[in-house]
Amino acid sequence: MTEAAREEIRRLAGFYEHRQSALLPALFVAQQEAGYLSPAALESVAEVLELPVTEVTSVASFYGLFYLEPVGRHVVHVCTNLSCMLNGCQRVLSRMQEAMGIHPGETTPDGRFSLRTAECLGACEEAPAVLVDEDRWAAVSPEDVEQMLDRYR
Amino acid sequence: MATEAAMPESALLRWVRAEGMAEIEQYRRAGGYDAARRAATELTPDQVIEMVTASGLRGKGGAGFPTAQKWKFIPRAAPVKYVVVNGDEGEPGTFKDRTLIEGCPHLLVEGILIAAVTIGARKVYVYLRREFYRCRRLLEAAIAQARGAGFVGERIFGSDHAVEIVVHPGAGAYIAGEETALLESLEGRRAMPRQRPPFPAQAGLYQQPTLVQNVETLCHLPVIIGLGPERYKELGPPVLFSVSGAVVRPGVYEAPLGVTLRSLIFEHAGGMRPGRRFKAAFPGGVSSVFLTETDLDVKMDPDSLRQAGTMLGSAAVIVVDDSADMVEVMARAVEFYRDESCGKCTPCREGTAWIAQIFERILHGHGRTEDLALLEGIAAGMTGTCFCPLGESVPPGLVASLRLFRDEYERRIAVGAAHGR
Repeated sequence: MTEAAREEIRRLAGFYEHRQSALLPALFVAQQEAGYLSPAALESVAEVLELPVTEVTSVASFYGLFYLEPVGRHVVHVCTNLSCMLNGCQRVLSRMQEAMGIHPGETTPDGRFSLRTAECLGACEEAPAVLVDEDRWAAVSPEDVEQMLDRYR
Repeated sequence: MATEAAMPESALLRWVRAEGMAEIEQYRRAGGYDAARRAATELTPDQVIEMVTASGLRGKGGAGFPTAQKWKFIPRAAPVKYVVVNGDEGEPGTFKDRTLIEGCPHLLVEGILIAAVTIGARKVYVYLRREFYRCRRLLEAAIAQARGAGFVGERIFGSDHAVEIVVHPGAGAYIAGEETALLESLEGRRAMPRQRPPFPAQAGLYQQPTLVQNVETLCHLPVIIGLGPERYKELGPPVLFSVSGAVVRPGVYEAPLGVTLRSLIFEHAGGMRPGRRFKAAFPGGVSSVFLTETDLDVKMDPDSLRQAGTMLGSAAVIVVDDSADMVEVMARAVEFYRDESCGKCTPCREGTAWIAQIFERILHGHGRTEDLALLEGIAAGMTGTCFCPLGESVPPGLVASLRLFRDEYERRIAVGAAHGR
């Protein structure tokens, strides 16, 4: 982990009465740096926050948005919860799978995309909703998929 | 796309729908921060609590607890107190909090300030879903603008009050929306619910008295103080309903408490799509028991919905039409709970997994006639035995679907049997 990331984690810890409170934000800092949380990254976070590695690993493994395995440069989350299901998210997901040649939970061989399903993204008026990295795409149709992915190619 | 609700007197959405409300100048020109200023400099805590009591405001996160009563539970003399904002909006079908922050982040900042000065908290944490990237950017910018204006930080509005606001990211766990699980998460641990009592008002964040409040609840505060509780009540009181699913115009609609389900679906949200018929609707998110056609005239208020066997919850209406299969709908709901169960208690962890497994075989044509009784048995075993509301919200909807749409289950099982499995 770079010194800049360590410094950022120390800065974040300053916002809280107890330094463990900074664990979730710190894990995002580490994840941002390497794309995922390697065992070495977890160790570094533990070291900076003075926490047991087991505790850091346990917490990281609990939450869906921490990646303990390498992921693609762009992570595509397709919401599959009820409102999106009632608006045809399955067809969007199928088209994504075809376009990327992978199943949900997998990463393309070129390391460009990871495909994941998401629980309710809180964007039900825009169903089916898709989140690519930090961009939310609204009312995605299967026909939109190729063009959408092109933006990240 | 969401269409603007035709509510000339909307109390909350007018802030959200107006242009430029992410900018403090615009917000102040419209009267923004006047209520917080009054709360910090003119009104006593008792006066604010009195106004909130008179308004009848109840928590908008799902539990519907009277807000003023929650405030009164916070021991006044405690040296350290916290306000924690629950912005982990994750109940499927709910998107009002996101809509509020994206449309008018200052409304939340102002609501936070009112709550903080009233209970005497100097530190506020906003636990915001990680997926709400846009909200986070807008909210942090709004907090910075408010700090620049002297409304956040030391001696806010020139008073003796100091309020610091920190935005904290969630990391993708539905259970973190439960208030004690949220506090665990904010302390850097797995989001698992705590034993209550003690309630957060006595021992919350770092075991200090903590007011945990939903985003929308806080956004009502400037409106209540601005309009006065009487006028606020005359407007309904106003409730934000998230309407989605198989309707023509999904969106957030402001309507008076007690509006009928029919009016929300067929007037506000434009009704069903051409050629489609209404089949069912969840009135308060996936965690509420769905209603069917005979219930369309039910009033959307806590008591009426309780009598109808369901709840207002987060006021998220998910509409299902006749093109959907209720077995698939329930299967999806159950998978959600299975995936989001935190694993702390056995009935929820195992029960949701067993139920999901049975649904899977029914959907794949391997269902057995005795599966329906098995589902009912597991539902009974989970009822009243789960540690928190996540697990407890599974059985009622499941049992209702087995009663009201039994033919759809039976057809699935019969078709599977006919194909020789």
